[in-house]
Order: sequence, then C-alpha cells, then structure tokens
Amino acid sequence: MSRLTLLFWQLMVAVVALSLWQFFTTVPVFGRLLLPPFFFSNPIDVGSQIVKWFATGVIWKHLVITLWESVLAFVIGSVGGVLVGFWFARQPRVAAVFDPYVKMVNALPRVVLAPIFTLWLGLGIWSKVALGVTLVFFIVFFNVYQGVKEVSNTVLDNGRMLGMSERQLTRHVYWPSALSWMFSSLHTSVGFAVVGAVVGEYLGSAAGLGYLIQQAEGVFDVAAVFAGMFVLSAFVILIDVGVTLVERRLLVWRPAAAEGRG
Amino acid sequence: MADTAELVAVALDDATVAFRVAGDRVYTAVERASLSVAHGEFVAIVGPTGCGKSTLLNVAAGLLKPVAGSVRIFDRPLAGLNRDAGYLFQADALFPWKTAIDNVAIGLEITGAPRGMALERAQGWLKAVGLGAFAGRYPHMLSGGQRKRVGLAQVLIRDPKILLMDEPFGPLDAQTRQIMGNLLLELWNADRKAVLFVTHDLEEAIALADRVVIMSAGPGARIIGDWKVTLPRPRDIAEVRMEKQFHELHREIWSVLKDEVMKGYAQSSQAAEAS
Repeated sequence: MSRLTLLFWQLMVAVVALSLWQFFTTVPVFGRLLLPPFFFSNPIDVGSQIVKWFATGVIWKHLVITLWESVLAFVIGSVGGVLVGFWFARQPRVAAVFDPYVKMVNALPRVVLAPIFTLWLGLGIWSKVALGVTLVFFIVFFNVYQGVKEVSNTVLDNGRMLGMSERQLTRHVYWPSALSWMFSSLHTSVGFAVVGAVVGEYLGSAAGLGYLIQQAEGVFDVAAVFAGMFVLSAFVILIDVGVTLVERRLLVWRPAAAEGRG
Repeated sequence: MADTAELVAVALDDATVAFRVAGDRVYTAVERASLSVAHGEFVAIVGPTGCGKSTLLNVAAGLLKPVAGSVRIFDRPLAGLNRDAGYLFQADALFPWKTAIDNVAIGLEITGAPRGMALERAQGWLKAVGLGAFAGRYPHMLSGGQRKRVGLAQVLIRDPKILLMDEPFGPLDAQTRQIMGNLLLELWNADRKAVLFVTHDLEEAIALADRVVIMSAGPGARIIGDWKVTLPRPRDIAEVRMEKQFHELHREIWSVLKDEVMKGYAQSSQAAEAS
C-alpha cells in the first residue's frame, strides 16, 4: 500500500467513525436516538468546543500547566531513578536490604497517594509532580538497575584487560549500558509522567487538562469532556513524536533503532 | 639471558584449575598443565570442544587463578590481571555504544593519552586492519569479520608484549577466517609478540603457529603433546596447506588428537543423556 492510499484509509476510519457518531446522536432510528446527546454529545459540538478553547486562548494556560508538571515529574523521577538504580546495582548489599520495600512501594497503586500529596503539597503543581515522580521513578529505576546488571561479562573482561580501573569501567561500560536501558523505556516513562500529572489534576487542582475535564464532568458538559480527551490525546501524541526524535539521536548505536529507521 | 628473545613470556608450571559447582562438588577443568611461550613465539593450543583451552588462556590473562601451580609472566609471578597481555575474545567484546574508532582509541585514552593523539593513532590502526573508511561505524553496522578486525586493532594499539587469542575467528566463515589469519600473520610478522592462540581447528593452528600444543578431553584436561612447526615464514595460510610437510604434521598430530576428540564427544553425549 502506498503512503497516500494508507493515509486515505486512515482518514476514512476517522470520517466513518465521526459520521456514525454524528448520525446516531442526531437522527432518530425507529423513533428514538440510539446515542442520547446528553451522554454522548456529538462531533460537531465537541469540535466547536475545541475551536472555542483555542480561539479564546483558554486552553493554553491548561496545556502549559500540564506540560510543565509532566516535564518536572519526568526530570525529577528520571534523575532519582538513575541515581538509585545505579547505586543499588553496584552495591548488591544495599539492594538486598531495600528489596522488599522497593517491591512494596511499587506494588501500591500510585493513585491512592494523590490525596496524601495534595495534603502535603497543596493544590498547586507540586502535588501532581510528586504523583508523576512516583510513577516515573520506578520505571527508570528498574531499567537502570537491569542495564547495569545485564552488562555482558565479555565486554567487562575486555574492559579490564584493556586496563580499565573500576572508575573507568563505571564510566565507559556500566554507565552507557544503564543509560541505554533508560532511553529504551523513554516512551513509557514520559507517558507515565503525563498520566501522573493529569490524574493528579483530575483528583483536585485549579488548572490543567485534567482539571478541565473534571470541571466539565461536574456540570454534565459532555461535549467539553470529549473535547478535553481529544486535546489530551493530541498532546500525548505530540510529546511521543518528540521522544521518538530524541531516541533516534541517542540510540544510534543500537541495532534495533537502526531497523526502526529503515 | 639478557637477550629478550631468550626470555619466557608466559610460563605455566603445573597449573591446575578447578571450579566449585553445585555445593561441595569440585570440577577440575585443567590438571597440572605446564606450558611456556617464548618471547616472539606463536603457540597454538588445540583440543576437543570443552577441554579447558579457554580456561588455560584465562589463567595466562589473570582472569582466573589456578588452585595449584604457578603462572609467571616474563619471569615474574602473576598477581591480578596480566598487564602485559592483550586479549582477543571469542565472543563480541567491543563496546557497542562506541564507534569503531572510539573502540580502538579507548585503550590509549584510559592510560591518560590526549584524545586527539589517541584518535590519530586509532585511525592508523584501523587502516592497518583494513577499516580506514569505517571509523564512524558502530559495531552493529559492521560484519562479524570487520568486528574482529576492530577488536584486533583495539588490542594492538596498546602494544601488549603478549597476545592472547581465544578462538578469535571461530564464528567467521571459512574465507573470512583465511583473510583474518593472513592479516594476523602480517601484523605479527612486523612486530613479533608472544602469541597464545586457542583454536579447535588443527589446520588453522598448524598454518599459523610455531608450535602446536594438544590438550586432552576434559574434565581434568592435560597437555598431551607439543609439536614444532618448522614451515618457512612468511606464510600464506591458503598456500601453506598444500605443502607436504603440512600434511605429514597434520597426520601425525591428528592421530593423537582424534582419540581425544572422540573421548570428548562421548563424554558430552553421555552428560546430555544423564541430565
């Protein structure tokens, strides 16, 4: 299938889905609407809501806040995860002592922490950042830990035979390996940073995409709820494209990245 | 004995290597092996699969410590890693996150050499192994043979006095092996280092080496034979195989090696049945 036909069929899926949605919410079938507009709104209302948000500029403030929270959560969670993951992997005794607690905290559904963070850090952005950090941290932590542990013994022996000291091994062998594992989980961890931010906003905040959706829901403005969801998806897709670009740059040396480029 | 040509580069004396396996059981890989490699001498170790050839090499490298016996490098007992040796591994050992040239330069960089100088020398070595145009490639973009060439340059740039090679051309196809063998001989001829070369391929061993050492099947592998190869140098790996002396030597060594190979084969199939 050529690029153009593929694009055509991809667009067709959207057109058909939106048409069906529009049709069943506005045209009665056998005397009644299959999708009552109160619960399902309709594509035109949703679309005009999105246009209105951008036209009035209301949405930018919320987008910027959500983006900011996600970025902070990602950066803080990643730095913490890299440092602790590296430390644990190089100090097996420390890792063994903390192991049950790491497992316990990771087993906890992070959403239940949201009220506590709100209590501690208030309704501002930091309670959302904290929620995102708890999600990002563990993904990065486990990947970095694994990355250090999975360094091939041959490569290590080679480094030693070439005369590397422990410090040089850390810099030239363990560190690149750990980072490559971290980068390969970039999509997941960035995604979780956004999840943390939005869920946090949804559960209690004064701004952000999650807040927007939650507010609309509170007044049964279904069109705005759907509009918020669409904006959120577009937002995440844009971020994901950015991550893919960064990944290609950072992982050029990886066979998998090369195949993906093909 | 002041002449370096008379010095013994590697001397294993009654070296025994054993590993602890599954609780209290001890597996003796190599038993009372004595072997010496003179300065500038090319010695090949041949033996059946799993006989502990690589173990012996790791002992010479200092990666493994023998439980009994001694290892001397240039007449000094070996403690820790063998700093005089370069090691070419059987498996891929390049740093996958470094380009070819960075992989070669790293050997100098870690000694504190300035990066510019290290890169310049690395480029020279890449050229010497025929990869001058591939400096910017990452290992996964190179073929198996090219990776081995980078590995060779990575080891040689440090100018080690001893070269340890563990079936370095094992995973390569027959033609590439020949090319690599000739390249190795050419580089070795220019600057004769002591070489300890492990292989399971008797023909390769005879074609390359000054001496061929045969090991028995494990466990408790021993050195059971030692032949001098007096074929003239410089040699061409492909041509030297046509010579009469080559055939005679091959027949003679193979008559000893064959029994060990069969023994090794029987043991490994028994082990497979038992498990």
